[in-house]
Amino acid sequence: MGNPNRVKAESGIMRWVDDRFPATQMWQDHLSKYYAPKNFNFWYFFGSLAMLLLVNQILTGVWLTMSYNPSGEGAFASVEYIMRDVEYGWLIRYMHSTGASAFFVVIYLHMFRALLYGSYKAPRELVWIFGMAIYLLLMAEAFMGYLLPWGQMSYWGAQVIISLFATIPFIGPDLAQWIRGDFLISGITLNRFFALHVVALPIVILALVVLHIIALHEVGSNNPDGIDIKEKKDESGKPLDGIPFHPYYTVKDIFGVAVFLFVFAMVIFYFPEGGGYFLERPNFEPANPMVTPDHIAPVWYFTPFYAILRAITFDIGPLQAEFLGVVFMGGAIAVLFVLPWLDRSPVRSMRYKGWMSKVALLLFAISFVILGILGAIPATPIRTAVAQLCTVLYFAFFLLMPLYTKLEKSKPVPERVTG
Amino acid sequence: MADNGVNKGRRRLLLGATTVVGAVGAVGVAVPFVASWQPSARARAAGAPVQADISKLEPGQRITVEWRGRPVWIVKRTQDMIERTENFDPARLVDPDSTAPQQPPYVTGPLRSIRPDISVLIGICTHLGCSPLFRPEPDDVDMAAWPGGYFCPCHGSYFDLSGRVFRNVPAPSNLEVPPYRFETDDIIIVGEDEEVA
Amino acid sequence: MKKQLFALLFALVPFTAMAAPLPEQPFSMTPDINDQASLQRGMQLYVNYCMSCHALEHQRFSRAATDLGMPQDLVEENLIFSSDLAFNDQMHIAMQPGDSENWFGVAPPDLTLFNRVKGPDYIYSYLLGFYRDPDQLLGVNNIVLEAPAMPNVLEPLQGVQEMVCAETDRPIEGAELDPLTGKYQSCEVLQITRPGAMEPDEFEEAVYDLTNFLVYVGEPSRLHAQTLGPKVLIFLFIFGVLAYLLKREYWRDIH
Repeated sequence: MGNPNRVKAESGIMRWVDDRFPATQMWQDHLSKYYAPKNFNFWYFFGSLAMLLLVNQILTGVWLTMSYNPSGEGAFASVEYIMRDVEYGWLIRYMHSTGASAFFVVIYLHMFRALLYGSYKAPRELVWIFGMAIYLLLMAEAFMGYLLPWGQMSYWGAQVIISLFATIPFIGPDLAQWIRGDFLISGITLNRFFALHVVALPIVILALVVLHIIALHEVGSNNPDGIDIKEKKDESGKPLDGIPFHPYYTVKDIFGVAVFLFVFAMVIFYFPEGGGYFLERPNFEPANPMVTPDHIAPVWYFTPFYAILRAITFDIGPLQAEFLGVVFMGGAIAVLFVLPWLDRSPVRSMRYKGWMSKVALLLFAISFVILGILGAIPATPIRTAVAQLCTVLYFAFFLLMPLYTKLEKSKPVPERVTG
Repeated sequence: MADNGVNKGRRRLLLGATTVVGAVGAVGVAVPFVASWQPSARARAAGAPVQADISKLEPGQRITVEWRGRPVWIVKRTQDMIERTENFDPARLVDPDSTAPQQPPYVTGPLRSIRPDISVLIGICTHLGCSPLFRPEPDDVDMAAWPGGYFCPCHGSYFDLSGRVFRNVPAPSNLEVPPYRFETDDIIIVGEDEEVA
Repeated sequence: MKKQLFALLFALVPFTAMAAPLPEQPFSMTPDINDQASLQRGMQLYVNYCMSCHALEHQRFSRAATDLGMPQDLVEENLIFSSDLAFNDQMHIAMQPGDSENWFGVAPPDLTLFNRVKGPDYIYSYLLGFYRDPDQLLGVNNIVLEAPAMPNVLEPLQGVQEMVCAETDRPIEGAELDPLTGKYQSCEVLQITRPGAMEPDEFEEAVYDLTNFLVYVGEPSRLHAQTLGPKVLIFLFIFGVLAYLLKREYWRDIH
């Protein structure tokens, strides 16, 4: 059965396993004979760090579930129970809450890498799309997880986001009620979010991560020069600019992990609130449907999109501003999915693209950060104007991409990888 | 990637050192996860020692207090009960001298108690966890020379008034004696060991 | 490689550095949860002056005893007043929320996590900032919370504080500095007009202790984190150095 050409161990226990399971073949395909370009730089640490954080979230999440009580009456107190009464509960909880923020730090840097070196371009469109699906589900996962501590920010944050669905014409209010399962956010909502957060979404995310990696290993990794290393091979068929992932990138990634863990541990042990951004102050008060906190801000990783939502303050024709805000916010994420088909440049890496692409990416990155800051602070007329400008820049980066990538003159790409 | 010039010794040393330190780290990471399965402060608070007031306990009577979710019997034995227990034929008991670790070390002898008149036992049959019935008098049970004791209705195990198990019954060992101490003559603290003098 | 290391640190650090600042408060204090004597005095004040109304629903007496270095019998004799409460219990109160709402208009909040919501400066300023105000229902007002629903329970210790027109060394918003005396002239100066059981310095220290105790109660695990943190970081540093050497060793192959 199976592929007769499959690589098998010569003898011993591995041979026994290989006759029944393609262990040696998989080891070679994905590690010891997976040839990665030798010129990976700093930006290439974040893929393995994202995997590490996924494991961290699952492990600590499972342990938190053991002591957490998913009910409107007991949720808040059970988090404090974990923080105080359970041995090392505080550490496991901070690993989870800090891990959530760290996950988004890493994912944003990982995505920026893809923009920088054109890792979404053919033949890696599916790698990008699977990645975007992971990102989208991760946001849903984080949003639902944030309701679970059942603090004031959990409650009112969820209230704001679920109300977004209510702005959809005709079906909105019924849809929002269906999501809540109640006339207000209640223990019923908490229970379904709990089930989705701990069971459904993690399974789907894990499956997508597997797809993401299979797709990547099928086409091979991109690199900072954006050139195809498979085109230049030696006599034995190994890419000249490729090196086996194991041991070279495993040892490199282990070093990256050590550095990351150092920073991660520093946050966990000394700044677990992340200056009020990882754990927001109002969330240390139990959820109270009667009292809204003075200022509701989503957790930092949602703030760019929240700022886009708030930037839409005008109606267009029969469409209300509130609904348009939701459309723009959704559009800001949806447009990422079609990115591979917007880029018409003949080259992948920013190193060889023209000045227009470079300016566009710079403006995009700046406007994304500004939107992130604006989304975390209360809106004023001036801030809203800035947010509107940044929203325009955000969308212009994508929607004008077919134009500027075609108009600009790109530099010649070298034959072999540099540096 | 030529193999020439590779210092194999140094490479092996570094690989070994990193692996060992990494393994230590993995064990370190496991510590909080393993430790978090210990009884939490809430469980320990619920399982804290309980006080029992025996000032109103008449000879021959029994009271039950709850400790860590299990019934604990406190019986004030009459002189007759004490004698019946002490003089009972050890051949009919599995472990007459309480050699199995079913009691704290300061509880010894056929009476298995700190004070001869006060017996403290965990009222859970050592067979399958039923709670035996109190049968203190010789004619309570239809058995030759019944010394008084406990009968488990679930599977028919017999214990004497010190909780020592009879031969040829399903229960394998004597009833457990919890740690306890006398705060005063009338106050027993169940769940706390007698202070070592 | 050094550049990469720096860049990785640089990429991750801004999120911890860019703290969301708490609003500035008139008085500020620097908590020290390692000062056991201060925490013990703070707890003593708490159970005597606060705990008749404000529970610490998540804080066990026993945990405080361990963390603050107090033996069980001492805690049972001096800090546990209610016969319904045992050493292992949380610091509950007997008052029913419904009753207190009738008496004060609002139920006195549980204070276990109050510091994590408001920060130490707020608590410190609030406790120091009561002053007599006949216009208020309870006869007192507060510099950080307009029209408090709580009387100044510490008045017997502090004495009567009033807001008067006077000179002060402390900068006051809207007041101008007199260049000759180096003092501020303002009508928003807090002054003790009738002394209490404590001298002003003594009282400030007591309020410091009480605030410090509430900082501890907000996050008792901080003590554990403080002892564990350095060990973990040193370990990770050693691991990082080894991993770097290993990486460099293997990458000698790559040209």
